Amino acid sequence: MAGLRLEGLHKSFGAIEILKGVDLALADGEMLVIVGASGCGKSTLLRLVAGLETPTAGRILIDGRDVTGLDPSARDIAMVFQNYALYPHMSVFDNMAYGLKIRGLPRAAIRAKVDEASALLGLEALLERKPRQLSGGQRQRVAMGRAIVRDPKLFLFDEPLSNLDAKLRVQMRGEIRRLQRRLKVTSLYVTHDQVEAMTLGDRLLVMHQGVPVQLATPTEVFEYPADTYVAGFIGSPAMNLLPGVLGRNGTAVTVAGTEIALAPSRFAAPDGHAVILGIRPEHVVLDPSGMSWPVEIVELLGSEMLVHARRGGEASLTIKIVHGPAMSDVIRVSFPSEHVHLFDQATGLRLTPAGSGVPPS
Amino acid sequence: MERRTLFPGRLLPALLILPQLLLTFVFFLWPAAQAIWSSAMREDAFGTSTEFVGLDNFADLFADPLYLASIGRTALFCACVTALSMGAALLLAVLADGEIRGRAFYRTMLIWPYAVAPAMAAVLWVLMFHPQIGLVGAWLNRIGIVWDYKLDGTQAMALVILAAAWKQISYNFIFFLAGLQAIPKTIVEAARIDGSRGVHRFRTIVLPLLMPTVYFLLVVNLVYAAFDTFATIYAVNGGGPAQSTQTLVLKVYLDGVVNANIGSSSAQSVVLMAGVIVLCALQFRFLGRKAVT
Repeated sequence: MAGLRLEGLHKSFGAIEILKGVDLALADGEMLVIVGASGCGKSTLLRLVAGLETPTAGRILIDGRDVTGLDPSARDIAMVFQNYALYPHMSVFDNMAYGLKIRGLPRAAIRAKVDEASALLGLEALLERKPRQLSGGQRQRVAMGRAIVRDPKLFLFDEPLSNLDAKLRVQMRGEIRRLQRRLKVTSLYVTHDQVEAMTLGDRLLVMHQGVPVQLATPTEVFEYPADTYVAGFIGSPAMNLLPGVLGRNGTAVTVAGTEIALAPSRFAAPDGHAVILGIRPEHVVLDPSGMSWPVEIVELLGSEMLVHARRGGEASLTIKIVHGPAMSDVIRVSFPSEHVHLFDQATGLRLTPAGSGVPPS
Repeated sequence: MERRTLFPGRLLPALLILPQLLLTFVFFLWPAAQAIWSSAMREDAFGTSTEFVGLDNFADLFADPLYLASIGRTALFCACVTALSMGAALLLAVLADGEIRGRAFYRTMLIWPYAVAPAMAAVLWVLMFHPQIGLVGAWLNRIGIVWDYKLDGTQAMALVILAAAWKQISYNFIFFLAGLQAIPKTIVEAARIDGSRGVHRFRTIVLPLLMPTVYFLLVVNLVYAAFDTFATIYAVNGGGPAQSTQTLVLKVYLDGVVNANIGSSSAQSVVLMAGVIVLCALQFRFLGRKAVT
C-alpha cells in the first residue's frame, strides 16, 4: 500500500490544453474521487496516473517513486474500466490470473489468490465462464477481481458503474466502498455522478475545464462550495444562484429588486459589490411575509415537491418543500441567512469567512 | 437493422435477378457444363473426331507423374505465398496501427500494390530480378551469387512466390488493419496495466482476438494463390523453366489452349472446380459460424 503524489501535472493534445496543472497528494489507503462534467480532464488525469498517456509536464510519484516515464506495466497499479475491458477469449479465472501469470507466480499461488478474490466477490461459480456469458454486474465484479488479485499499490477506477442499471449501481457502489475499506488500497476514482462522488470518497476533487476547483471532504464540498461551479454541480436539485448587489455594510443583498437581510458581518466585501447569492432548494422556507415569486411549474416527487418560480425574467428559483397546501400562482419565501452562500459575481469565488471551503492553491 | 424491400408478384422479382442469372449462366454454368462434358471426351491429334471415354481422362491424369508433381508444386506455392503475404501484411498492419507520424500516408502507400494489374506487377519483378538488366538480379550476380530464374527452377519458383505474395499483401494489410482497429483499445490497455508487454501481449491478447480475420484471410489467400495467380506466373516466365513453376491453373491453360489436349485440360478444370467448391464451402461454413457467435 502506498500514497500517490502529483506535481504540476499538465497535459495538452496538440494545441488543446486538457489539464492545466494539477497538484495532488493521496494518503496511504485513501479513496479520492475525482468528479466533474465530461471534458473536465478527469479521465485524462486518471490515464496519466495509469501511464496510458504521457504528461506534457509534471511528475507522478507512487509510493515516493517517480513513475512519470514508466510503462503502465512497471507501475504496479490496477485499473477498472467503464466497459470492463475483460479479455473476451479467456475464462473468468484466466482473466483474473493473467497478470499473476505474467509475474511468474507458481500455479498453486495463482489458484489461491484467484479463489480468495472470487470468494470475496461471489464469483466462485462463474470461474469457467467466458465474459460474454456474464451479466453486466458480474462482469464488473470480474474486473474488480482482476484488480484485487494483483495486490497493487494503487487502484484506479474509470467510471466503473456507468454501464450498470440504477439499482445495480447502488449495490456495486456499496460493494466497492466496503472492499476498498477492507483492503485499504489507495484509490483514485473518476466519476461524473455526484452521488457516487459523495458516497464513495474520503475526499473529493472537483474538476472544471482542466483545473481542480475544490479538494475537500464530501461534507465540506457540499456545505462550503469554493465557487459557483461547485455550488451548481454538487447537490440535486442544483443550488439556486441569484445575481444581486451587496449593501448595508454587508448585511443585505438586493435580488431582483428586493432586499434580503443577512446575518451581520458574515461577508467581507464593499457595499455595491456585485455578488451571487446561493441557496439550496431545500433551505428555502415558505414565509407569508417573504419575497414573492410567480410560480412556473410544480413537480411532485412523492413525499416532496419541487416548485420552479421565476421573477423578472432573469432570476429563477427552485424550492424543495414537503408536500404542502395547494399552490397558488405566487409563493412567498425567505432565505434563512445561515444557509445563504455568497459568491463574487466577477470571479465566481466564494465570499466567505476564511477557513472553510478555500480552493486548493 | 436490416432493411427489407418486398416486391409484389413473381414477374418483377424474376426480372430483377435475371441479369445476374444470365451472367452466371453464360460465364459460369455453361462453360462449367462444357468442361464437364469435354472432360469425358477424347479428341484425336488432328481434332477431326471425338469419342466418349468416360472417366478415362481422370484416370490418366492421376496416373501422370507430371500432374502429380504439379499438385505438389501448387501446394508448395500456395503455402509459401499465403505464409509470406499474410506474415508481411500482419507485420505492416501492426506497425501501421501504432501512433506514428504520417500514418495516413503509410497506409495509403501500403494499399497501392493492390491497384497494380497482375501482369504489370510481374513485369516489375522481372525488371528487378532480371539476371542482366535487373537491379537486384545483376547485383546478385556481381557479388558472386549465380542468379538466373530463367535457368534455375528453384529460383524461378522463389521469384513467382515473391511476385504473387507482394500482390496480395495490400489486401491482407487492409483486413489485418481493420481487424486490429476493431479490438477495443481498453482491452489492450488493461493488458498493459496487467504487466503484459510487447510480443507476449501480442501473442496472448491481440492475436487471439484477431483469429477470425486470420481464418478468413487464410482461405482467401489459398484461393488466391491457387487460382488467381495465373497472370503473374504467366507473365514472369510462362510456367518455366521446364515445368518448375507450372501450377495447376497454368497447366490447364498450357495443356488445353497451347497443346490443344482438350480432354485432359477439361478434366483438370473439373478437378480445380471441385477444389474451389471445397474451399468455398469451408469459407461459408466458417463465416456462418462467426455470424452465430
